[in-house]
Amino acid sequence: MDIIKKIEAEQLRETSDFKVGDTVKVLFKIVEGKNERIQAYEGLVISMRHSGASESFTVRKLSYGVGVERVFPRNSPRIEKVEIVRYGKVRRAKLYYIREKVGKKAKIKELLGGRKPMGAKKVEA
Amino acid sequence: MIGLIGTKIGMTQVFDDTGRLVPVTVVKIAPNVVVARKTADANGYDAVVFGAFVAKKTRVTKPYAGQFPEGVQPTKLLREMRDFGKEVQVGQSLGAEAFEGVRFVDVTATSKGKGFQGVMKRWGFGGGRSTHGSKFHREPGSTGQRTYPHKTFKNVKLPGHMGSEKVTVLNLKVVRVDAAEGLVLVRGAVPGPRNCTVVVRSAVKKA
Repeated sequence: MDIIKKIEAEQLRETSDFKVGDTVKVLFKIVEGKNERIQAYEGLVISMRHSGASESFTVRKLSYGVGVERVFPRNSPRIEKVEIVRYGKVRRAKLYYIREKVGKKAKIKELLGGRKPMGAKKVEA
Repeated sequence: MIGLIGTKIGMTQVFDDTGRLVPVTVVKIAPNVVVARKTADANGYDAVVFGAFVAKKTRVTKPYAGQFPEGVQPTKLLREMRDFGKEVQVGQSLGAEAFEGVRFVDVTATSKGKGFQGVMKRWGFGGGRSTHGSKFHREPGSTGQRTYPHKTFKNVKLPGHMGSEKVTVLNLKVVRVDAAEGLVLVRGAVPGPRNCTVVVRSAVKKA
């Protein structure tokens, strides 16, 4: 199993330190033919899954009144950067309930004063 | 056709060149020593005999050790690869670097044993409905006709032992070759449990 762990460790990248409930802006590289451009996708992180190389997170936003959810692999080389727009104060790990909420109920309280930095995600050698 | 013996290490996910996350099976190519070469003149076909996994001295009988040339340690496993594309010498050792530049491979191994299984799992029969008074759930059903032919034909699909058989998966994409570690990362699943012996060869039906 050590070989597998080693391969997975190679995949890990330094990622920003966001959590479920935070509003983030994901700068995602998109390849169109030969051109490469960066697309920003801003929304609420409603879940984070797995760990290690295959860690992923789901970002939900409202686009013209329609809920859109997009899952990003956290260690993807196509993620240019994840900016934290707003820290959220939440009490659960998965915010799936927010799909059924509208208006004020779909809002997440802001964590005022920010969060103590946990340090960038450790990259094992 | 390049073919070598290896060990299945397990599965994981890696990002490929385009940044996509792909499922891969990690295969460690054991050092494959060329034990003998067969030629069309002498044997009727061209082949290279590879040995892998060095055997303990006490486990090797003299007749078995006799087929290994001098300077080559007897191995637990011997496999013949027909029409080996590369020029090799007896005593030479090959590893994962042989697969550099190969895009697709076929992987052969003994599949996981499933024991005695019914027709639904073994042959994919549909089965009957579970409720509404049905008394036909997972049975095989009819196996033949009537007074004529008065027998069940051979090869009718019935329950029995499943798995533990030689399976070859064709056209698996090579995602990465790590010559230093002796690893080949192959897209998708490969038959057999972890740590089982596999034979990896360059794809026969795809370039």
